Formats: sequence, C-alpha cells, structure tokens
Amino acid sequence: MEDVRPEGGAGDKYSLIVPTYNERLNIALIVYLVFKHLRDVDFEIIIVDDGSPDGTQDIVKQLQQVYGDDRILLRARPRKLGLGTAYRHGLKHASGNFVVIMDADLSHHPKYLPSFIKKQQETGASIVTGTRYVKGGGVHGWNLMRKLTSRGANVLAQTFLWPGVSDLTGSFRLYRKSVLEDLINSCVSKGYVFQMEMIVRASRKGYHIEEVPITFVDRVFGSSKLGGSEIVEYLKGLAYLLVTT
Amino acid sequence: MKHIVKIITLLVAISAVWIGLLEMSVVPRSQTWLLPIYFIVSLGCYGLLMVGIGLMHFPTCPQEAVLLQQDIVEAKDFLKQRGVDVNSE
Ligand SMILES: Nc1nc2c(ncn2[C@@H]2O[C@H](COP(=O)(O)OP(=O)(O)OP(=O)(O)O)[C@@H](O)[C@H]2O)c(=O)[nH]1
Ligand SMILES: [Mg+2]
Repeated sequence: MEDVRPEGGAGDKYSLIVPTYNERLNIALIVYLVFKHLRDVDFEIIIVDDGSPDGTQDIVKQLQQVYGDDRILLRARPRKLGLGTAYRHGLKHASGNFVVIMDADLSHHPKYLPSFIKKQQETGASIVTGTRYVKGGGVHGWNLMRKLTSRGANVLAQTFLWPGVSDLTGSFRLYRKSVLEDLINSCVSKGYVFQMEMIVRASRKGYHIEEVPITFVDRVFGSSKLGGSEIVEYLKGLAYLLVTT
Repeated sequence: MKHIVKIITLLVAISAVWIGLLEMSVVPRSQTWLLPIYFIVSLGCYGLLMVGIGLMHFPTCPQEAVLLQQDIVEAKDFLKQRGVDVNSE
C-alpha cells in the first residue's frame, strides 16, 4: 500500500473536536498548526468552549475571520460543564464521517494528524489512538513522581484489564463517527478515567483499534484543570471497568 | 462475560489444579498454603519489575519541546500579522 497518501480519501471529512477552558493563546496556536499540517484534507475544527473567563471565545472569533467560520466552528456552552459532555456536545455538531478528539493545550501536536489519517486509511481501523509508550513516542516535562504513577497505572491496567492497547489514558484519538457515537453513549466515567473507559469498551466491543506513536510535551501555557486525588479516582475507575466490561 | 468473571475463572482454574495436585499427593499436604503465597509474591514482583523497567526505559523527547517552541514562534508571527491577538499571558 505504498501509494496511500495522508490526504483524506474520496469524500472523507474529519471533524476535530477541541474542548477548551481558558486556552486563549493555545487555541490560536493549535488552529494555526492544524491548518499547517492538514493541507489537502477536508476538515473542520469544532471548539467547545465552556464560557472561559479569559476570553478564549474572542480569539476563536478572530480565528474565524482568518480561516473562515465554515472551517472553525465555535460551539460554546454557558459555563464549565466538564470534558465528557463537551465531547458529546461537539459530536452533535460534527459533519465529518471521522472525528478526532484532541486537547487544546499543545500537548497533542497537530503534526501527528496526518499519521492518524494515514493509519486509518491503511488499516481501515475504526479507532486510531495515539500512544506515548512505543518506539517513536515519548513524554517531555514530567517529574519522577508523574512518571512513576503513569507506569504504575499502566502496569495495573495491563495486568487486570488486558485492554489490547498500550496507552489507556491518552486522549489524542481518531474515531469513525458512528463508533464514537456508540461509545460515548455507553461511557459514564468522568475525567481521564473516561478516556480509559472509552478505549476499554471499544476493545471489548471488538472495534478495530490501531495505534500511532505520539510525543507528549506537557502544557507550556495556561494551567491544568484536572487534579485532586487522581490516584483514588484511577483505582475506582479500574475497579468499575473490571466489573462492568 | 464481564472481565472480573474471566479473572475469577482463571483463579478458580488454578486453584482446581492445585487442589488436584494436593489430592493426588504430588505435593505434600503440609505445603497447602505455598501456592497462594507464591502466587501473590510473584504477582507483586512482576508488577514492581514492570514498573521498574518502564521507569528505566521511560520514553522522553526533550527535542520535541524545542521543536514546539519553534512552532509557537512561527504561529505567533503568522497570527499577529492576521490580526489575531496572541500577546496575552
Ligand atoms: N469545554 C471544556 N473543556 C475543558 C474542561 N476542562 C478541561 N478542558 C479542556 O480539555 C483539555 C484537557 O484539559 P487539561 O487541563 O489539559 O487536562 P490534562 O491534560 O489532564 O492536564 P494538564 O497536565 O494540565 O495538561 C484542554 O484543552 C482543556 O482546555 C471543561 O470543563 N470544559
Ligand atoms: Mg493537558
């Protein structure tokens, strides 16, 4: 399959859903980089902003002036309602037959989008998920504690869940739209356990999942919104998936 | 089948084999408690080993952070020219 090019195949359209909360600078940078790396692809960027007080939406409107409001869709919500429902909200407005979910904080670099698309076209997969834990992938900006919890969480999940993918909590993924609609309706978790639930359920349902290596540079601008007792949440999520999937 | 059921089935199967070995006196009865302890200890060792190996080989990408900085400069330049406000923060 040498002649498969990263361009979208006949009639394929990609909807990129990007949830934002206080990402005024990051969203501008990411939109620029998406347009830079997806030149000959039919795509739209759906930004789901939860009433960010930093004026993210003003920037999005300026970006619409530059790139067109048919390519950049602002689908805002009045207040911070959480990530899981943000994806659901964005999905309702997606017109593509494929959907990419990515964070706005630049830890998911748009330069990998062509490899997601190419992988999907080569394999016909329903889901292509970015993984940091294979050759060509990697993480930058984590301290030892962060690495330790990440490895621990991964070993636990691999040992008990047999998920069939190497990176469970990464959320940079491409889905066939119908598959995402199916999955999102059967997932109830919150936070990043949600990402884990999505991929474990997908694997149990027998969807064809492929992986591509990505690198993950921890956010440079803005601040993290997740936090609290992440480890406890993770263990609860693991137990929940053990008994429900 | 729920995943927990699979795991329990696996545990039951292992226990059955162990009881079989005990009944057939392949293993002396005084050692009844050995297997569960071995099992837990080796599972623990496996876990620690995997975490250790994972930590030692943790894939890092310092060069990516540099490339990202270049991308940011490039993006800011372009967007500034088009009248997008990228000065904040
Ligand atoms: N619409 C919406 N977006 C959100 C919400 N919470 C987080 N986000 C966005 O979701 C993405 C991921 O959130 P992050 O805060 O980066 O979470 P994280 O990647 O686990 O944490 P970091 O270590 O800070 O990168 C970012 O693009 C956020 O702007 C929310 O409640 N609503
Ligand atoms: Mg992030």
